[in-house]
Amino acid sequence: MRIIVTIKQVPDPDIPPGHFKVDEAARKVVPPPGVAPVLNGYDANALEAALRLKEQVAGTTITLVSLGAAQARDALKRGLAMGADKAVLLDDPAFAQCDSAATAAVLAAAIRKLEGADLVLSGRQASDTDAGQVHLGVASLLGLPGLTPIQRLSPAGDGAVRVERLVEDGHQVLEVRLPAVLGISSEVYEPRYPPLKGIMLAGRAQIPVWGTADLGLTPQHLQPRRLLRRLYVEQREAQVELIAADSPAEAGEQLALKLREAKLI
Amino acid sequence: MAHTNAVFVVAEAQNGGLATISAELLGAGRAIANALGGPLVAALVGHNVASLAAQLGELGADRVLVADDPLLADYQVESYAPLIGQSVRSLAPAAVLLGQTFTGRELGPRLAFDLETAVATDCVRLSVEGDRVVMAKPVYGGNAVAEYVVQTSPQVATLRARAFEPAAPQAGRRGEVEQLPVQLDPAALRARVVETVRAASTGGPNLKEARVIVAGGRGLGGPENWRHVEELAQALGAAVGATRAVTDAGWVPASLQVGLTGVTVSPDLYLTIGISGAVQHLAGITGAKNVVAINRDPEANIFKVARFGVVGDWKQVLPAFTRKVQELRGR
Ligand SMILES: Cc1cc2nc3c(=O)[nH]c(=O)nc-3n(C[C@H](O)[C@H](O)[C@H](O)COP(=O)(O)OP(=O)(O)OC[C@H]3O[C@@H](n4cnc5c(N)ncnc54)[C@H](O)[C@@H]3O)c2cc1C
Ligand SMILES: Nc1ncnc2c1ncn2[C@@H]1O[C@H](COP(=O)(O)O)[C@@H](O)[C@H]1O
Repeated sequence: MRIIVTIKQVPDPDIPPGHFKVDEAARKVVPPPGVAPVLNGYDANALEAALRLKEQVAGTTITLVSLGAAQARDALKRGLAMGADKAVLLDDPAFAQCDSAATAAVLAAAIRKLEGADLVLSGRQASDTDAGQVHLGVASLLGLPGLTPIQRLSPAGDGAVRVERLVEDGHQVLEVRLPAVLGISSEVYEPRYPPLKGIMLAGRAQIPVWGTADLGLTPQHLQPRRLLRRLYVEQREAQVELIAADSPAEAGEQLALKLREAKLI
Repeated sequence: MAHTNAVFVVAEAQNGGLATISAELLGAGRAIANALGGPLVAALVGHNVASLAAQLGELGADRVLVADDPLLADYQVESYAPLIGQSVRSLAPAAVLLGQTFTGRELGPRLAFDLETAVATDCVRLSVEGDRVVMAKPVYGGNAVAEYVVQTSPQVATLRARAFEPAAPQAGRRGEVEQLPVQLDPAALRARVVETVRAASTGGPNLKEARVIVAGGRGLGGPENWRHVEELAQALGAAVGATRAVTDAGWVPASLQVGLTGVTVSPDLYLTIGISGAVQHLAGITGAKNVVAINRDPEANIFKVARFGVVGDWKQVLPAFTRKVQELRGR
């Protein structure tokens, strides 16, 4: 089985809210000093799903693709260290202004150049945009089914997979004929730690870089359809009333009384 | 193609009635339609849904498009997207609104990309400037807000549950109902729904509609301690929620996850135990009127949004609290 996993490098989502800063004029996040960007969490889940398929289906190959600046190599290397077979970086000054549609167009072009795949696995969403749409754009452009969010998948005979897709109050089980694009969620696929050997191999790996010319893309493909007009931080007022008491148990009792007084219980 | 100033809403049915998001979509859709000066059109796709069309009229739809067919009983993107896409194409509305539900989050982007336009997902505020809809949505886990404008048409948005005022039904108001032709070849579908598995009911009130919620986090230490959360919920007649740390660890089903990538709730009282208050969790409770926190770390972010809090170990605080609640509520 040929699997392509889309990988995005994102600001660390665990940055404490107090350290999160936005440059409103540039409409960009100001990375806090000393906090390195990371591999998007759900993309790590997607790669973990791919690695488990590889363990079950002989002859499976996993290729990573990422659209990002040179620094995104670190995310690709992390993926290689976890066990992916190869990686491609999609980097070109023309990609800097990509919106979701243009990002999908670049990824779809890269997938075509890789001669397609049986499965394209993406994260259900990137933790910067929180959009959950690029992979569905890829599916649309490639004319494939795009299903999301998927908590579990397994091979189902020749050329098909069985997937569990989250729905309100439970999940749907679907059987999908390949090729398909899936947005992977975090319930099952806890990403593995890269083994030492993987880290060493990844350190030496050659990662080709493809730009517009390699992908046969024109400015028209990259034309943004959606503008980011404003980016800002909404201020919240801290006004908590902390219950002080002689013992934790007493604090618990007083909390109950407070809530009764406020007619909340 | 020239676009009209119509607003097109993709309503949803659930358990034989309209899903709560439908009235919210019509409420938001009405405001946009008025600002654009166009009609409000609602589409409803499913099986045995035709009888709900009148309700969409009462909720403000000027036209109601219904596709009712046994083959549409289960939502499946490959059957729903072309059907809705076709009617959006022929109507050429200025805007298309869907819910950020498990249907809309898959269908909305697919529809937008198939129509060669763009979407903003998980919107919490919409406004109109000229002929453009300004779409505000949380990004970076809820640390920031982005305002997007789609430059192509139609402008597609999915709306977060409970973020918009639902339309109030006006008895006797009618929308013009039309049936959409359904031509589906099941053999052409590449995905097939095998079954739908409902998470085991927790017995208490439904999380999404609950007025009181007790939510537990990783600070509980392990699944063996979860019963303390349930005991308190029972004493309060509350629903139970959890953080992703807890659902990913498998202590409770994923359907109890509250937050950005889980359920959005808006209770009067949201009581947290051992929850740090990560922005991604808080993204699901922006509508909660009163947050209460029991957490041993005074620096925990949850105290930034809480109205009342106890800094302490839940093992010592919670039993006394639960006992007092039981006493006050007379059980
Ligand atoms: C893209 C993305 C989407 C996400 N979506 C969601 C989502 O939808 N919902 C969600 O919840 N999370 C989500 N997360 C995860 C989120 O970032 C946090 O990791 C998660 O909410 C933390 O859960 P927690 O508060 O239970 O655990 P922790 O952050 O580990 O907090 C545990 C807390 O318990 C306290 N504690 C420990 N022991 C005790 C004790 N004995 N007594 C009292 N207090 C104690 C600690 O002080 C701490 O504050 C998402 C993350 C990403 C990147
Ligand atoms: N620049 C990118 N490079 C590679 N994959 C991406 C990129 N942007 C988005 N994706 C993939 O698409 C998924 C959804 O992204 P988004 O729509 O931004 O939430 C992510 O989890 C990634 O797998």
